[in-house]
Amino acid sequence: MTFLEKLMQIDRRWIYLAIGLAVIIPTIWPFDVPVTVSPEVRKIYDFVDEMEAGEYLFVCIDYDPSSMAELNPMAIAIINQAFQKDLKLLFVTLSQFGPGLVEQITSGLAEDHNKVRGEDYIFLGYRPYPAIVIMAMGVDFRVPFPVDYYGTPLDEQPIMDGIKNFDDVKGVIEITSGSTADFWLIYGNGRYGFPLAIGITGVMSANFYQYLSSGQLFGIIPGVKGAAEYEKLVGYPGEGMAQMAYQVIAHTVIILFIIMSNVAYFATRKKRQQMGGGT
Amino acid sequence: MKREIPILLVGITGFAMLIQYFIPTGWSEFIFTYSQDWVIVIGILAMPLGIWSLVKANVSKLKVPGERFYSAVLLAGFLIMVLTCLKRENLEMGSLHMDMFTYVLVPIQATIFSLLAFFIASAAYRAFRARSVLATILLLTAFIVMLRFLPLGPISTLNLKAVSWILSVPNMAVNRAIMMGIGLGATATAIKIILGIERTYMGHD
Repeated sequence: MTFLEKLMQIDRRWIYLAIGLAVIIPTIWPFDVPVTVSPEVRKIYDFVDEMEAGEYLFVCIDYDPSSMAELNPMAIAIINQAFQKDLKLLFVTLSQFGPGLVEQITSGLAEDHNKVRGEDYIFLGYRPYPAIVIMAMGVDFRVPFPVDYYGTPLDEQPIMDGIKNFDDVKGVIEITSGSTADFWLIYGNGRYGFPLAIGITGVMSANFYQYLSSGQLFGIIPGVKGAAEYEKLVGYPGEGMAQMAYQVIAHTVIILFIIMSNVAYFATRKKRQQMGGGT
Repeated sequence: MKREIPILLVGITGFAMLIQYFIPTGWSEFIFTYSQDWVIVIGILAMPLGIWSLVKANVSKLKVPGERFYSAVLLAGFLIMVLTCLKRENLEMGSLHMDMFTYVLVPIQATIFSLLAFFIASAAYRAFRARSVLATILLLTAFIVMLRFLPLGPISTLNLKAVSWILSVPNMAVNRAIMMGIGLGATATAIKIILGIERTYMGHD
């Protein structure tokens, strides 16, 4: 068996080893990756940037810890930008593991920016059945959430003075790893017509570009790269920028493997055909 | 009557919810909000059933030597997470509940999900081969889209334009076709359920 034939049937453990080593390299020798900002990310940044202090931004954290490495950086970058601009933030989660993540993110960032819960931001909490919750919030935030996540009635919190439903928020940013983006598009943007943008895992992003073209979304932050772009715009280099090094190395290794696989495939094709092994 | 009453209830509710969507008045909003409350109440009532089922299945597994350990871990984790969040103040950072979430659940989920990278690499090695014209198109498209993550200097701008076109034109066309198919299928199924033609959701007698 020639080298190329062996390459065609390489043991998957060698691929695992290569990927393992690839993600260790940036840990030992960290390096910066130049990031080009894409228009779909810039639109979200510009939208938040053009908001006036005191205006309301609705942020939905709809992901689990399994996706936090990819989605936390963009959530943090958006919240940093919003707190810097003194915007009022309303948080909600439609993912069952979301509450812990929102508490983790908001408590730290609020302390960094000297923001007070109930005055500058509020975490409404978690409710099951995303479509129902979105439609109920469209009537009044108090319908699905009479009290916030910590048990304080919404009407006792200064941030909720004079605010009823999506008509009173400037826009909604949905950060998700699941199907909740569809619910926000259909039952949120479709029914109540508020401006909607999403931050989403890289692997899912291709499914949502159609909504960008149709105007149902005004922006998309796709995966770690999108997060790194947003961090660059906000001026807070964080986990997104750091993870780009890992992503670049891992993708390079995968691309090299694909090239190797095809070289081996074409080089051994004639021999396989002669042996009656098909294409 | 065992089948007729549920079919009638589904039909009336389905029609009512369909009609209220197009009538933006006070009473339709009331019906909508009221029915939403009912959905949430029904969902909450289903939760104890799920918990009971989970506990029952795992308590019975405690007697099976090979599976005893895993069931014990599951039951212990379940009880600890429930008992540590009985008070609202335990939901804030620094509480035992949040420590369990941060130092146990988060690493577990992150670890399991990160294994995906290895499987994707292995699958890409075997799947992305130019075996036919269609496979070659798929390969080239994936190649171009993947290259956007790499810093390629002056080529990056050109590559970004190509990726933008792929995502906004062919990708959009295919996705819209799929979504329209799903939408039409869902509408047809919903109409069949409302009219009582589709009855499999009630199970078998």
